[in-house]
Amino acid sequence: MGNGSSGLSDIEQVFRAEYGRAVAVLIRHFGDIDIAEEAVQEAFATAVRRWPEDGIPPSPAGWIITTARNRAVDRLRREATRVERETASVRDAAAGQVIAEEADVEDERLRLIFTCCHPALAPAARVALTLRLLGGLTTGEIARAFLVPETTMGQRLSRAKGKIRDAGIPYRVPRDEELPDRLGAVLAVLYLIFNEGYAAGSGTALTRDDLAQEAIRLGRLLVALMPDEPEARGLLALMLLIEARRPARTTAGGDAVLLADQDRTLWNRELVTEGQRLLRDCLRRGRPGTYQLQATINAVHADAATAEGTDWAQILQIYDHLMAMTGGPVVALHRAVAVAEVHGPAEALTIVDGLEGLERHHVWHAVRADLLRRLGREGEALTAYGKAVDLSGNAAERQLLERRAGDQAAGRPA
Amino acid sequence: MKQYLLSIYQPDGDPPPPEVLGPIMAELGKLNDEMKAAGAWVFAVGLHPPSTATVIRDRDGDALLTDGPFAEGKEHLGGFTIIQAADLDEALSWGSRLAAVLAPLAIEVRPIA
Repeated sequence: MGNGSSGLSDIEQVFRAEYGRAVAVLIRHFGDIDIAEEAVQEAFATAVRRWPEDGIPPSPAGWIITTARNRAVDRLRREATRVERETASVRDAAAGQVIAEEADVEDERLRLIFTCCHPALAPAARVALTLRLLGGLTTGEIARAFLVPETTMGQRLSRAKGKIRDAGIPYRVPRDEELPDRLGAVLAVLYLIFNEGYAAGSGTALTRDDLAQEAIRLGRLLVALMPDEPEARGLLALMLLIEARRPARTTAGGDAVLLADQDRTLWNRELVTEGQRLLRDCLRRGRPGTYQLQATINAVHADAATAEGTDWAQILQIYDHLMAMTGGPVVALHRAVAVAEVHGPAEALTIVDGLEGLERHHVWHAVRADLLRRLGREGEALTAYGKAVDLSGNAAERQLLERRAGDQAAGRPA
Repeated sequence: MKQYLLSIYQPDGDPPPPEVLGPIMAELGKLNDEMKAAGAWVFAVGLHPPSTATVIRDRDGDALLTDGPFAEGKEHLGGFTIIQAADLDEALSWGSRLAAVLAPLAIEVRPIA
């Protein structure tokens, strides 16, 4: 974006930045997602025709919202005589407006985020709705990102929108007593989007920049909307610190590079600095959570100029804290990697072999393989690498594992 | 206000013995009273076991009867409550209370059209 002189790229920029806000305001006003989406799309279509000649208005977002609102009202008036239901929705919207003015004047997008990430919706639907309504991605773009046919994604979205409408999922920031759980669901959706962009679960590209970028953009939005929630800030810090390593994560040929082997001069210092600053901000509040702790682990990695210089003892300490907080087997697996660095591979292998329920998880086999290799148990290591390769859905990751298994078979240190 | 159907799904077979069922029914009674006091309660019933059910299909104007419940399976509708609520969150909150009283039974929350 930004390299065209036609003015179209400016409109695209406004679209990316303001689509979510405009849709959120219109949904609030008309109480119907489809009406809101159509009106906002029409408004942008009008902008594409008029802005190149008339110039971009002083408040592009305001122009889009006003134009979309007028379009929606016109449409509802035209159809009012034919469709009873929509007249009712205009009436309801008017009633809802009074309530909205009585309540606080927070950004409408915050309500919409909580609607899109409602726990009564399937996780895949939450992700799709968030990308669609707040990110402004098209159904086709979301379908391609998640490698499903466009019709499948279209059905998923329309089923979710239908449930929001018919089951009465509210547009509301949850009450204080529900907030921790519900915010957790929102953060999980953003991190899911980020991870899908970071290491695609299947397909050939190891990184899908646009999804990771979108997750970070939404993360920034959430921090701006909920400045007092340390975990929102912690998640943004975590994403930035991981994203900073992107330039070093793959070779020019697209092969994956392990953290220990990465050229750290390629890390994006700007993102590292921003991530560390955010992390300091939220840790100061003294309400640690799982995202803040994961961000802290990544900040320790970022502090090390070389892989050898990594403060593994500190990382292990943070993992102990994280284990006490979540206790899940995946955290235990990653903790074992730190144990191997601090106490040696034998102790780590005992932990890894004691974990249950990870037999279908390729990372479990990859970590085991690595530990077995370091303990000189080549035959078992090869078998474990083989299982990891079979279970990994990502081609670049699979190649890395195959390379490691190959080095191993040839007797080279990996 | 919208109305929601809270369906109680329970495994087929004998109900729990009275010493187990008694306290549960007492808790259920209290929850119903609370729903009534809050203006949420519309209707609630328990059903006889699925073995007492009869399914009717119309075949060219004749009622064709089949013995037994409509859906095969090991779990069937055991009863239901109809409530009114402002939105799904409020309905889910009552549904969660019902699920807690009847644990480990599953409660399905479905909006009434």
